[in-house]
Amino acid sequence: MAEVIVVTSGKGGVGKTTTTANLGTGLSKLDKKVVLVDTDIGLRNLDVVLGLENRIVYNLVDVVDGNCKISQALIKDKKTDGLYLLPAAQTRDKDAVTPDQMRELVEELRKDFDYIILDCPAGIEQGFKNAIAAADRALVVTTPEVSAVRDADRIIGLLEANEIKNIRLIVNRLNVDMVKHGNMMTAEDVVEVLSIDLIGVVPYDEKIVVSTNTGTPLAGEDTLVGQSYMNICKRIMGEDVPFLNLEAKKGFFAKIGELFKG
Amino acid sequence: MRFIDLFRKKNTSEIAKDRLKMVLVSDRSAVNPEIMERIKNDIIQVLAKYVEIDQEGLDIKITQVDAEGEDRAKGSTVPALYANIPIKSMKQSN
Repeated sequence: MAEVIVVTSGKGGVGKTTTTANLGTGLSKLDKKVVLVDTDIGLRNLDVVLGLENRIVYNLVDVVDGNCKISQALIKDKKTDGLYLLPAAQTRDKDAVTPDQMRELVEELRKDFDYIILDCPAGIEQGFKNAIAAADRALVVTTPEVSAVRDADRIIGLLEANEIKNIRLIVNRLNVDMVKHGNMMTAEDVVEVLSIDLIGVVPYDEKIVVSTNTGTPLAGEDTLVGQSYMNICKRIMGEDVPFLNLEAKKGFFAKIGELFKG
Repeated sequence: MRFIDLFRKKNTSEIAKDRLKMVLVSDRSAVNPEIMERIKNDIIQVLAKYVEIDQEGLDIKITQVDAEGEDRAKGSTVPALYANIPIKSMKQSN
């Protein structure tokens, strides 16, 4: 039975699209058949983060309007087997789709996939309403910053009001050094304030910028970020995976440096 | 707060957490103005059966008050309906 997951945040720029791309990559590396749906109509970006921007022919609005079949609009990822993208339309706006049409579309996709992951636009308007209409569960992405956490709280309230009961938190871009110096909230702080369960913490890493430069998600690679995403994927599948110690992996020279600092 | 804390500068992460907690209390208790207006009108209607109300001096709002019992120790607050309703005269009941 397919599961429909919406990735949402309220605030823009906290990493929804990057998270969606990496969870899709991770889950398909775990042998699941996954489709990522970009619901950010008018501001599509999931295609570039996945490196699939040159292969778009049809988009979500084309499917909803009946201009093509779903199978014609789906783009198969070349790098990861079992991963597909349904891109958003770039030249339309959020009102081009209704929550009912979204539900219908997702029902169609359920037949062919294990996971359907919906990349939600920022904000709480029509695009958000469309994206959550068909979701079974939600992943709320936030960074450990006041503005992002505040918006996450609002989103959690709206998800609950829409009867989405399975809501989990991803704390993104945690800067371990800043936390150590008391200049960034810990994941535990954020969990305490929002009082929802954590499903993963992703450390801040410049490699993410490099990965979006080239359109190659990091999930499954042998780095802390890659492992964090993979662990979230396993937790999505119901595995009980212990949380990574984000401080554990320090380079040799950093460790030597610390010895001299005392 | 412990005595020694007075001499320690707060980490900015603690400041962030405290500010967040404060702002979320008011976010979470925020009532839609339309609903507030309806609550107000309903209260007036009920009271008007028994007393004559000074509608000009009426003040009804939702505010935050210190929590009681266990939560009080944690310094948390809860939303409460605050109403100041001046009565012009009591209606005579027959």
